[in-house]
Amino acid sequence: MAKILLKKQLSENVYKMKLEAPLIAEERQAGQFIILQIDEDLGERIPLTIADADKNEGSITIIFQVVGLTTDELSKLNVGDDIPVLVGPLGNPTHIKNYGTVVCVGGGIGVAPLHPIAQALKEAGNHVITIIGARNKELVIMEDEMKKIADEFILCTDDGSYGRKALVTEPLKEICERENKPDMAIAIGPPIMMKFCAETTRPYNVYTEVSLNTIMVDGTGMCGGCRVNVGGKVKFVCVDGPEFDGHLVDFDNMMARLHSYDDIEHEKHACYIDSLANQKILEMNEVKK
Amino acid sequence: MSYQSPDILSANAKKILNDYIHNVDNLKPKDRLKIPLQEMPAQAPYERAHNIEEVAIGYTMEEARVEALRCLECVKQPCVDGCPVKIDISGFIKHIAYGEFQSAVDVIKEASLLPSICGRVCPQESQCQLTCAVGKAMKDIDQSVAIGRLERFAADWERDQGTVKIPEVKPETGKKVAIVGSGPAGLVVAADVRREGHDVTIFEAFHKLGGVMRYGIPEFRLPNSIVDEEIDTLIKMGVKIQKNFVVGRTRKLTDLIEKDGFDAVFVGTGAGLPLFMGIEGENLVGVFSANEYLTRANLMRAFDKKNSDTPIYPSKIVAVLGGGNVAMDAARMALRLGAEKVYVVYRRTEVEMPARREEVLHAKEEGIEFHFLENAKRILGDEKGRVRAMECLRYELGEPDASGRRRPVVIEGSEFTIDVDTVIVAIGNGSNPLIHQTTPDLETNKWGNIVVDEKQKSSMDKIFAGGDIVLGAATVILAMGEGRKAAASINEMLAKELVN
Ligand SMILES: Cc1cc2nc3c(=O)[nH]c(=O)nc-3n(C[C@H](O)[C@H](O)[C@H](O)COP(=O)(O)OP(=O)(O)OC[C@H]3O[C@@H](n4cnc5c(N)ncnc54)[C@H](O)[C@@H]3O)c2cc1C
Ligand SMILES: Cc1cc2nc3c(=O)[nH]c(=O)nc-3n(C[C@H](O)[C@H](O)[C@H](O)COP(=O)(O)OP(=O)(O)OC[C@H]3O[C@@H](n4cnc5c(N)ncnc54)[C@H](O)[C@@H]3O)c2cc1C
Ligand code: SF4
Ligand code: SF4
Ligand code: FES
Repeated sequence: MAKILLKKQLSENVYKMKLEAPLIAEERQAGQFIILQIDEDLGERIPLTIADADKNEGSITIIFQVVGLTTDELSKLNVGDDIPVLVGPLGNPTHIKNYGTVVCVGGGIGVAPLHPIAQALKEAGNHVITIIGARNKELVIMEDEMKKIADEFILCTDDGSYGRKALVTEPLKEICERENKPDMAIAIGPPIMMKFCAETTRPYNVYTEVSLNTIMVDGTGMCGGCRVNVGGKVKFVCVDGPEFDGHLVDFDNMMARLHSYDDIEHEKHACYIDSLANQKILEMNEVKK
Repeated sequence: MSYQSPDILSANAKKILNDYIHNVDNLKPKDRLKIPLQEMPAQAPYERAHNIEEVAIGYTMEEARVEALRCLECVKQPCVDGCPVKIDISGFIKHIAYGEFQSAVDVIKEASLLPSICGRVCPQESQCQLTCAVGKAMKDIDQSVAIGRLERFAADWERDQGTVKIPEVKPETGKKVAIVGSGPAGLVVAADVRREGHDVTIFEAFHKLGGVMRYGIPEFRLPNSIVDEEIDTLIKMGVKIQKNFVVGRTRKLTDLIEKDGFDAVFVGTGAGLPLFMGIEGENLVGVFSANEYLTRANLMRAFDKKNSDTPIYPSKIVAVLGGGNVAMDAARMALRLGAEKVYVVYRRTEVEMPARREEVLHAKEEGIEFHFLENAKRILGDEKGRVRAMECLRYELGEPDASGRRRPVVIEGSEFTIDVDTVIVAIGNGSNPLIHQTTPDLETNKWGNIVVDEKQKSSMDKIFAGGDIVLGAATVILAMGEGRKAAASINEMLAKELVN
């Protein structure tokens, strides 16, 4: 059981919440995630990265994008509400050390999980170049937080409504072409973006870590639902990852697997939206009376 | 045996009991051997294949008493040799024959803490019923006294009466014991250690308790309400529960001792990690481990398609790979979730199948198709990366291997293809690496199982282990047996500390 301590809408579909979770706050490290459930009996388990934590306050922060049923329901909860199931920290922490120069690439909601990693890399003495990208200005999140820790900061939007008009892979390529090419890159965002970031750095031999967001059930290695193909071997994202060498990941298979339940999910979500609408109508009728 | 309705079975039993009731004290072995085996009443195959309710309904009082009369009350009780927890089998069966059901339960509970569960899920034909004298006399194990069904009857009778006693707890000792994992091993340790007055906390990674009994074995074989009642009893005894707590991640195993002041820890984290075959196409959309498939259906309640948020893959033709209980459960669950056709593909023959006999029979009655001496070679996908077919190979049986079972040998060039849209892999589990990864000092063997001594103590001070994490994938009763041993060792260790 975790109480919602704070809620803030960051962009049209992105929310930030602070949750009371002293044990998780104490143990968590950059790169780890939690799994939550909004209903203990009938809710789905969804994984979300721990974007930040405060040991003293005993809280963790999650940042999530509404994409389907559970994230939609979550976004409707308010300060003071309880989340009945919260478990973590899960997954392996990011391997933080002084690599030299590191490029951190965040796409869309991926900026949220990237932030604690970039922060830890900075603290470990790296020269941190940050690229964040979004489809348009409205969808840019955490610009100030990322700026604060970056030695170099690049912001791009697909439509040019803010910052540079480009996909994140363009500046990434330029950086790889520099005389002092980066020692490492880390890319977090939609699978397709991670795939192309990995393709961009491959010819330059810049080791590129990606954080995979597969479908999960337990998050402890028991179900194998999160499995991906990495360098021809089967890996479980929840216990072997979530971070892997982007040059070895079979993204096409991973993306196909992510869509395993699309039809059913959309149907369930549509039902949920309908039921909300019905409720609204009932309430309005009630008010009329 | 072909299916007979519960009404017919019950009427037959009443008649037989009437014939024998006046003469119970004078029955000779040859009379007893003449009493027909009482079949387990079950839901009709067609009906049950479309619902999630328990398949086996349980004996009526008359059926139980008639079946009990078949026991020869052997002096040496060969059946007991086959029971891992050494229940006084003829002792409790005799009580059932006389209709003294409470006494029967009391006898069982001296040795077993979870009889309504073991009576349902023990592989009796390879344990107590394998060595039963009646089966031997009739040269057919299937004719052995139905010990498991009788055990279940007695335990269910007590629950129905509402006379289940909460075990007495001795005065608090101030010693703290942590139990990691709430499968049968952990639950039994919790009960036995708490009885001695120690302060017990169970840590469970999931949001529900019971381990495989909750997320693996389906409702139609072991209703959740039974597991719930066992857990209720523990809570009434004062056992504390911490759900959503992954030891190794939420807190290190050693921190439980060093920081949280636990005096002993029992690790019962089960087998975990599903194995895959390593064949082409195994990551296609529509290929699942049985663990995932069953967890979605059971724990996440996806069988309740209307109300559960967790989706389950919409399958029409399903192939299940494997021949154990897990494969049977996955196949029968797929049927209940709406699959039109379900194949079980197993590389040996029916004789070698490790699944409980009753499950295989039930699966057949429900219309599951068995493909023996066949195995998957690769799984074929469509342009969207979804399963569309499976290429198989035929096998024949060769020389016996180390386990004594005849080894399947592939027939070269025997490839053929079957159309399927879902493949469920049920070929076993490896050990979960979480505890081991985060507790490097804990000794494990090459399969990742925790190494323990004859008292279930691990290589580390104050840390005990048992169940599947020690044995590899085993059974509920073996996990329970290890739990009882571990609890005795923990109690002994703490008692010594209390004296000093
Ligand atoms: C380790 C990890 C960390 C993550 N961190 C974050 C985070 O910090 N913020 C955030 O917004 N999201 C994060 N995700 C993704 C998040 O878990 C999914 O967005 C969420 O599960 C969708 O649930 P839903 O019921 O709202 O949508 P659904 O209705 O279940 O799905 C809607 C769409 O999302 C995709 N999807 C479904 N399940 C998942 C899943 N488990 N992961 C990814 N995509 C999925 C489907 O393809 C579908 O198209 C993370 C995922 C993983 C594995
Ligand atoms: C589908 C299926 C059908 C089966 N059918 C039968 C049958 O008919 N008869 C039979 O006798 N046996 C059967 N078995 C085997 C039997 O269920 C197991 O042998 C038995 O449950 C093992 O008990 P256990 O206590 O060792 O572990 P489990 O039952 O596996 O329980 C372990 C528990 O520990 C939790 N856990 C794991 N890691 C951690 C952690 N780090 N921190 C906290 N908690 C953790 C898990 O979530 C789980 O709840 C079946 C198994 C399966 C999968
Ligand atoms: S516990 Fe299992 S093996 Fe022992 S008597 Fe009961 S059913 Fe048989
Ligand atoms: S071996 Fe069979 S017949 Fe003999 S006591 Fe045991 S159950 Fe009864
Ligand atoms: S989520 Fe189940 S094994 Fe990774």
